[in-house]
Amino acid sequence: MAEWLRPRHMNEALRLLAELPADHHQIISGGTDVMVAQQLRAPRDIAVWLDLSAIPELKMVEVTAEGIRIGAGVTLSVLRRHPEVQKHWPMLAASAAVTGAAPIQNRATLGGNLCNASPAADNAPVLLAYGARLEIAGPNGTRFLPYDQFHLGYRQTALAAHELLQAIHVPYLPGGSRAYYRKVGTRAAQAIAKVGIAAWIHFDAGQGIIAARFGLASVAATPCLLPRVSHYLEGNNLKHVCEFTIREKVSSDIKPVDDIRSTAEYRLEVASRLVWEAIHDAH
Amino acid sequence: MSVKMQINGQEVQVQAPPASRLLDVLRGELGLKGAKEGCGEGECGACAVLVNGQVVNSCLIPLGQMDGAKIVTIEGVPGDSPLLQSFHDCAAAQCGICTPGMILAATALLAEHPQPTMDEIRWGLSGNLCRCTGYGRIYEAVTQASTGDAHG
Repeated sequence: MAEWLRPRHMNEALRLLAELPADHHQIISGGTDVMVAQQLRAPRDIAVWLDLSAIPELKMVEVTAEGIRIGAGVTLSVLRRHPEVQKHWPMLAASAAVTGAAPIQNRATLGGNLCNASPAADNAPVLLAYGARLEIAGPNGTRFLPYDQFHLGYRQTALAAHELLQAIHVPYLPGGSRAYYRKVGTRAAQAIAKVGIAAWIHFDAGQGIIAARFGLASVAATPCLLPRVSHYLEGNNLKHVCEFTIREKVSSDIKPVDDIRSTAEYRLEVASRLVWEAIHDAH
Repeated sequence: MSVKMQINGQEVQVQAPPASRLLDVLRGELGLKGAKEGCGEGECGACAVLVNGQVVNSCLIPLGQMDGAKIVTIEGVPGDSPLLQSFHDCAAAQCGICTPGMILAATALLAEHPQPTMDEIRWGLSGNLCRCTGYGRIYEAVTQASTGDAHG
């Protein structure tokens, strides 16, 4: 029978993780992805489960001078309802609210959504657009990593074998910031995104764009930024931004594929229109 | 693995592999067949139960996480629950597969919002799929349970 380890502290979890057999263990928190994979897709021979759901440190939300620190084990229902998140990071409250439906959000965690590393992860675009940083705990202490360096390839992350995601840090945004979030899917609840987008645009006192970041889901092997679009917009003025150029930049920034939910052509078209809409409708 | 839970108010101890799904433990080990398996991947809500007051999909919960949990299944919903009466009055059940999950999701919704708006009802039941009713009668039943008036 498989062994089930349920540590109460991060230190204990890291110590246990360091001793686990490399290929025959599974880390689990809310289980909303892991249990599906285990039951339906590729049942694996798992000798040991490391269950992170009973570690209070991972459930904490703290407001700091720089922003908010969200424990990796905070559920999406907690995030969706959190007054500070709703006030300062409304796109995160919005993405948490469209990840699955209520029964999923009661279990699924923000850290799990990132570590599962689906290219369609609903909260990934928002954290990319907000410029989040990850706090990663390992046997030799804690390190910080900008979230845009976390996804290395399809379902591959920058977490080393004996590391655990501990918290997600989201900074306060400067005055003049505007935001836009939208998930395009077949149904409001439960659907997996055909395209998801979060945009953060920092305007000067007028229509000038100081900085802009776009996080996208389901348009490449990983959740991704649009660096060429950002480069084109930064220092530009809203009234000089050209729709054709945006489309060109989007198409060079993303690598959409055909799959059961949509086609690459549709995704490019929708992503381009959403970026255009984000630039003009962000508020 | 041996796990102690409180199910429908009763202390229960179960011996099963830790990665067993709560759904299988309820139906197989404990004979509580109200929770149904629909999709088996957390989309349809036919297996919904309450764990510590929150609506969850029992097909996605490993037994290993349930030590000390308080679980309510449809068998534990009291016979005088206004939801049972209103689902009956509004003819909100047809084939019945989704009904236990719908009633438990509605129970959690009404605990948080005793007088829910239609948007809150739609949201609260958005993780439960019904292929028969078109949802109208289900929403009406939840409204009736909250107000005592089917057309309120």
